[in-house]
Amino acid sequence: MTTDATRDAGAPPFVTEGYKPPKATHKARVLPGFRLSLGITITYLSLIVLIPLAALLARPWEHGLDGVWQAISDPRVVASLRLTFGTAFAAAVVNLFAGLVVAWVLTRYEFPGKSLLDALVDLPFALPTAVAGVSLCSMYAANGWIGSLFAPLGIKIAYTPLGIFVALIFVGLPFIVRSVQPVLAEFDAEVEEAAQTLGASPMQTAIRVILPSLLPALLTGFSLAFARAVGEYGSVIFIAGNMPFVSEITPLLIVIKLEEFDYAGAAAVAVAMLALSFLSLLVINGIQLLLSKRGRA
Amino acid sequence: MKVRAPEAPKSFPAFVLLAFAVLWMALVILLPLVNVLAEAFKQGVAPYLSSIVQPDALSAIRLTLLVAAIAVPLNAVFGIAAAWCFTRFDFPLKGLLLSILDLPFTISPVISGIVWVLLFGAHGWFGAFLQANDIKIIYALPGLVIATILVTLPFVARELIPLMQDQGTDEEIAAVTLGASGWDVFFRVTLPNIKWALTYGVLLCTARAMGEFGAVSVVSGHIRGLTNTLPLHIEVLYNEYDSVGAFAAATLLAGLALVTLVLKSLLEWRFADELAAHRRH
Repeated sequence: MTTDATRDAGAPPFVTEGYKPPKATHKARVLPGFRLSLGITITYLSLIVLIPLAALLARPWEHGLDGVWQAISDPRVVASLRLTFGTAFAAAVVNLFAGLVVAWVLTRYEFPGKSLLDALVDLPFALPTAVAGVSLCSMYAANGWIGSLFAPLGIKIAYTPLGIFVALIFVGLPFIVRSVQPVLAEFDAEVEEAAQTLGASPMQTAIRVILPSLLPALLTGFSLAFARAVGEYGSVIFIAGNMPFVSEITPLLIVIKLEEFDYAGAAAVAVAMLALSFLSLLVINGIQLLLSKRGRA
Repeated sequence: MKVRAPEAPKSFPAFVLLAFAVLWMALVILLPLVNVLAEAFKQGVAPYLSSIVQPDALSAIRLTLLVAAIAVPLNAVFGIAAAWCFTRFDFPLKGLLLSILDLPFTISPVISGIVWVLLFGAHGWFGAFLQANDIKIIYALPGLVIATILVTLPFVARELIPLMQDQGTDEEIAAVTLGASGWDVFFRVTLPNIKWALTYGVLLCTARAMGEFGAVSVVSGHIRGLTNTLPLHIEVLYNEYDSVGAFAAATLLAGLALVTLVLKSLLEWRFADELAAHRRH
């Protein structure tokens, strides 16, 4: 009890798992270059990130609050937001399971071709989104390698929300694997042996002993995959078909509004998407915080 | 603490998990890559080669290289400066600055593109001024460059910060105490210590800069031969039903991705101790 209190006293709140905030390594400024490096950092971040984002946040209000509400309550916008967040969530859930299995296999087993499989995990990070987009589209089209297997069953994948879901599964996998893998690799073998000595079967050990300690990492991976999927553009627009109300994602709708010179509308939808996505991340962080509190009690 | 070493799968569930992982990776991750090659060479080698050497493709390649050649060095210099100031000094609002640094990773690439249109587009903040002075940013090279810089901004800094944090400042302080100047300390002590991490960050930054699609697609205007980078060239050809042309261009970017993966794995294997990503596990 007392050790918990002392440990918590100095820790800043809302720190995500595994992240160490950089600390000053020396009190007095012995090393030179503080002004120069801070100057470069602040100038660059302001010019490239802050001022452009300020332009985005300032833009929607030119037709007043009503204008903003009109822009984001448009049924076409609402449909696109529901589609974007829904498919992103579904794909992240699938990746939660698939990614966990891949991470488990990569850390637990020795088999030929393991390092190849490990390197392959990063392919969705490395492959440009436009390449993934056109390739997935041609694979899942009715005459493609996979689409032609489903076409006789009457299932269309490309140019439907299902296609978006498939593309987001491709995009999100590495986030889960790379979040879980290091935690799984460092899992204390003695805890596992203790569980087995106490009569737990391998399945029980995996589900009741190992899985709970992976939850924070799984949630981190989930939120990264989800955030990426919400904003994803290149790998989705080819396979989506982009039918308004059916398979039109929000990022595309923003581009369409921009091309119609409706800057305020585009900015309003973009800000709404950003706000929703930060809200989702906040909820996931909250769950993580709850879990870590329960784990400590 | 003892860590369990990986072993050959023995039980039935182990084989099921292994088979699932291998199948999943093959179908979901590997197949799209193989499909790029299959589609590009569908009609043989000659059409493939002729679509790669057509003038629009060549100018797209040139433009892609040019954009990366401007954006990556700028982000590398920024990354070094940011890592130096974040890890060597303490100052107020450091956490806030660090969160701002991470923003480009969390916002949609489309948003990273439209912010520049809102600033410099015909109806943007500076639109009238730019038009009056005949300066083109949107639908021109500068727009492509700034959009790429925004998207790839955190890569180098995010690789250097944890590493320099771990390495500490002892060697640098020793050098200063012995009378070395600031630049001497940087070039003779810091840079040799971070060179592989810097290489790693620059590698990831370059790969993303050349492959970026969403952000540049918003600011490019898709003018063939002028503002089409390689990923945009793929989009144009694909939408015109020139499948072989689109996939031929895609093989170049897929090749780039594979080279990136190989170099990345080599760096991780050879210099694991000198990279941030692999020090802690």
